[in-house]
Amino acid sequence: MSEIKNIKNLKEFSTSADRFEGANLLCPGCAHSIIVREVLNATNDDLILSASTGCLEVCTAVYPYTSWDASWIHIGFENSSTAVAGAETMYKALKKKGRLKQPERTPKFVSFAGDGASYDIGFQWISGCMERGHNMMHIVLDNEVYANTGGQRSSSTPIGSSATTSPEGKKSYGEKRNKKDMMAIMAAHGIPYVAQVAPNKWKDMVKKIQHGFAVEGPVFINAVSPCTTEWKFDPKDTMNIADLATDSLVFPLYEIIDGRELNITYRPKNIVPVEEYLAAQGRFKHLFKDEYKYLIKEWQDRVDEKWAYLQRREEARI
Amino acid sequence: MMTKKGWDEFEIGAMLRTFNGKIDDIAGTQQQDRDYSENSSYTASVADWRLIKPIFNKDYCIDCQFCWVYCPDVSIISRDKKLIGVDMDHCKGCGICVEVCPTNPKSLLMFPEQADEESEIANWPKKDEKEA
Ligand code: SF4
Ligand code: SF4
Repeated sequence: MSEIKNIKNLKEFSTSADRFEGANLLCPGCAHSIIVREVLNATNDDLILSASTGCLEVCTAVYPYTSWDASWIHIGFENSSTAVAGAETMYKALKKKGRLKQPERTPKFVSFAGDGASYDIGFQWISGCMERGHNMMHIVLDNEVYANTGGQRSSSTPIGSSATTSPEGKKSYGEKRNKKDMMAIMAAHGIPYVAQVAPNKWKDMVKKIQHGFAVEGPVFINAVSPCTTEWKFDPKDTMNIADLATDSLVFPLYEIIDGRELNITYRPKNIVPVEEYLAAQGRFKHLFKDEYKYLIKEWQDRVDEKWAYLQRREEARI
Repeated sequence: MMTKKGWDEFEIGAMLRTFNGKIDDIAGTQQQDRDYSENSSYTASVADWRLIKPIFNKDYCIDCQFCWVYCPDVSIISRDKKLIGVDMDHCKGCGICVEVCPTNPKSLLMFPEQADEESEIANWPKKDEKEA
């Protein structure tokens, strides 16, 4: 059994020796690398990692460089999850046969992918990994758009957002469909742990990642990743936008254990109106025109409804 | 100097080694004690991306480590719970560290790339009474 790293406060966390390097080519202010650092620094165990095609993959492995200080595989758009599942299966088989050179080491298997690679392109592959019960974690860096290829909509793009394939204009307010509820879909697999995290809540993140590493079986993590380029805000504001996302409850932080037990893990002291979250980002700018203002009200209603639902689920313990 | 390969000279399934030789306990070895290979982006620099840069003034720092945890580019150097400074080869000048710094005046501020560190620290802004 591996030891859980003791991280009581931020000062202790800051003694971590990073296993992710700078001089990668992610945009200045990109939340992806903040999330990756928080995840990797949550453990001292060995790491077997992969990344699906997306900003994180292409920016951290530009030949002849790698930004990873752990085993990491550069793979296709759809299959970061199955690559890691394969490694995990091999590890188990070697262990059973007594052929591991250092059986005392307890590596953690983690696949990273964006929302495009998780909600759309890698969807069935992730579902397969979850259903087969691999001892692995899949982490979505959810920036709600195909940022790597120029800002096309994904099934995670929220309603009213302007994306290059669902642009706002004279006849359109942008994306027409609601964001897909991946948390519910993954929880429906009945896996031991599903959680939503945000980089600005580092402690909540570390706790959930450590819980995910400690359980036997598949773990699904959805991490909100504010994107300075496609969400259109100043790079210095990444953490401010993440604060607005969690405090307006557009991205509520919660976990679902064994597909049933739902716990809300963060209750903002002052709930911020959704309008403030939308107003801080260029991708929603057009919603503030008179003809589209009704959409802001609809947004707020949807967020309120979801929050009420989460609270009822938490109380009901079912 | 490493010779770069053209697009048609790649081996299929190329493997890059981050370190020269072997490190048994990476998670317990800080950057300065690691023998990075020329394939690690640690050995590269993105300093030329910056138009503005952070300057760190340790007089006001309370070592809260917010800047350490929220820097996307592993550019805030912290050892033994103390903030040491900014890694200017890897900092992209995003300004997040300044935004999250809670002191008054801030212990990190952004300046034009060509600014002189010593004179900026000597002329550091005073405490903002409105904010206090
Ligand atoms: S400006 Fe950005 S990259 Fe540079 S040290 Fe601050 S947070 Fe890190
Ligand atoms: S955020 Fe400011 S006070 Fe906190 S450690 Fe960094 S420089 Fe020091």
